[in-house]
Amino acid sequence: MSADFLYTVEIILNGLMAGVMYALVALGFVLIYKASGIFNYAQGVMALFAAMTLVGIQSGQVPFAHLINAIFGTEVHHFGWTVPAVFAIILTLGVMVLFAIVVERYVLKHLVNQEPIILFMATIGLAYFMEGFGDLMWGADIKTLDVGIPSGASVWLEQATMGWAGEDSGFYGFYIDKLDMVAALVAIVLVITLTLFSQYTKTGRALRAVADDHQAALSVGISLRTIWVIVWSIAGFVALVAGVMWGSKSGVQFSLSLIALKALPVLMLGGFTSIPGAIVGGLIIGVGEKLFEFWIGPMIGGATENWFAYMLALLFLVFRPQGLFGEKIIERV
Amino acid sequence: MFYRESGDFKTKYDDDNQTFPIKLDRWGYYLITAVAFLVVPFFINDYWASAVLVPFLIWTIAAIGLNILTGYCGQVSLGTGGFMAVGAYACYKLMTSFPEMSIFLCVLLSGGITALVGVLFGLPSLRIKGFYLAVATLAAQFFLVWLFNKVPWFYNYSASGQINAPERAVFDVLVTGPYATASAKYLFCLVFVFVLAWVARNLTRGRIGRSWMAIRDMDIAAEIIGVNPLKTKLSAFAISSFFIGIAGALFFSVYLGAVEVGEAFGITQSFLVLFMIIIGGLGSIFGSFAGAAFLVLMPVLLKNVMVGGLGWPTDIAAHLEFVIVGGLIVFFLIVEPHGLAQLWRLAKEKLRLWPFPH
Repeated sequence: MSADFLYTVEIILNGLMAGVMYALVALGFVLIYKASGIFNYAQGVMALFAAMTLVGIQSGQVPFAHLINAIFGTEVHHFGWTVPAVFAIILTLGVMVLFAIVVERYVLKHLVNQEPIILFMATIGLAYFMEGFGDLMWGADIKTLDVGIPSGASVWLEQATMGWAGEDSGFYGFYIDKLDMVAALVAIVLVITLTLFSQYTKTGRALRAVADDHQAALSVGISLRTIWVIVWSIAGFVALVAGVMWGSKSGVQFSLSLIALKALPVLMLGGFTSIPGAIVGGLIIGVGEKLFEFWIGPMIGGATENWFAYMLALLFLVFRPQGLFGEKIIERV
Repeated sequence: MFYRESGDFKTKYDDDNQTFPIKLDRWGYYLITAVAFLVVPFFINDYWASAVLVPFLIWTIAAIGLNILTGYCGQVSLGTGGFMAVGAYACYKLMTSFPEMSIFLCVLLSGGITALVGVLFGLPSLRIKGFYLAVATLAAQFFLVWLFNKVPWFYNYSASGQINAPERAVFDVLVTGPYATASAKYLFCLVFVFVLAWVARNLTRGRIGRSWMAIRDMDIAAEIIGVNPLKTKLSAFAISSFFIGIAGALFFSVYLGAVEVGEAFGITQSFLVLFMIIIGGLGSIFGSFAGAAFLVLMPVLLKNVMVGGLGWPTDIAAHLEFVIVGGLIVFFLIVEPHGLAQLWRLAKEKLRLWPFPH
């Protein structure tokens, strides 16, 4: 096998891994959109907030330390203990559920029957709120997140593929981060669990009923408000998973919330209403942008990853306005 | 009684069609215009110009532009920052390529160039609707910013990648560059705001504005009764981008002077303008003014209270600002989805009946 071919394969593999990471964020969008018709822009910030909370709890930070110090002139920073990763994750999950309840009670409840665009803007407001709130609570500095996920290049894979291109071709085996492999595994498990959950549990059925028809679901005795809390909690859980993965990869910082923007073209490609769509869309975009950067990028100045996904989605939508797997949009007067 | 239509007899159709049918409104409008043009320039100082008034005027133009597209025509756009960048870079290229050209013409032409780019990115709106379109406009945002970063021709091959506004004068008074006085900058922007707001107001109550609103309310129904969606949507994109391009040109040449594209015209600016029209009121020219004033003034106020008044560190003030802006947006959407403009409308209704309840 020629080295060029193997490089391409390596890029495709890395693209697939990146795509899985995008898909993780996109999943949260799809869940909320399906169950409540809300396009939740805050999903990325939720991931950031979850990751920050996790780090904060793990390292025993005092919440709102900066604010407290500013108001009372004290000097508190840490409680002086550390919490094991598992407990910290459970506690963070608790915070996300609490957040879901608060959002339902103070925001969504009041916005029932509003136009989708108003709800979308409300979630943008929510994203701003959470971003500021998270920074106030845990501080805006870049944190490292470590919950024991292995990272670094996979030596095993490198050695196994080293000799494929011949001795002196300069090809040293596939370079794939272990973290990305774990992320891919987690994503697969997550999707299977979510699918099983929505197919076979009572709550899952209720979720699908609400997604199909709000009013019919209400009339058979499904509580919309409970369902919303559950959906936002699940989205919070997905955000936590995405936050842990992205946070371990590139540190917990503000730019984490921008991956939400990257998840948008993934959604458009896959369709807003389809869980498999989110995965396939993520993979297409991950591979597409890596290959484009590899082949075309050097010719036009590089850093094409910033916009390639959007352009791809835009071109794609012109031919198929509802995305790959989305429900056909039927318009009536 | 003071706030009434009664007693103000209209004898011509033109009188009947005027923008401010109530006498007091009309006087208020003349008064505010007179104060803005004749009084403020003599009292303005550098702090007020650079912190409050000039940004307010420039953001107002951008907000009116986005309001035409989103509020009147119903096409949500997240590409405002990108289109402002087009205006800024067009202005820069025009100013440096044709040094003799009047700055007025430069700004207007950069608006025109932005309109062309806007139409180009508006084309998909014929196929893509709603959220899908909002996300599609992000393509414009990221692509345009990338383009201005990567193609050296746009920033005249300068080493820093920045663009700097050369000095230009109107009637021998400098309006751009570091030596321009506060009042000159202010008046220059004010002229644009005044003319553009007047144009926008009259566009939106005429035939073209009504076809925009028809498309916004239900595009298929509008198509059936004979509104051409191609012409209507693209004209909304063109005019909206024209306004936003002018805002971008002014933002660069008059307000900032030197611009690094990713910082000055990033995605945050797109959201900022969107917030302005949500808080101000979708589909209202007054709302664009109110929203811009609110979002320009509030950070200044918060900063003065928290950093100046309470002595808190600036980073906390910045975070709290996020919390407050976010909270306010949610609050406004819950309490009054139609924004400050609707509150103003309600207040006027009440005032007309006052002192009677009905």
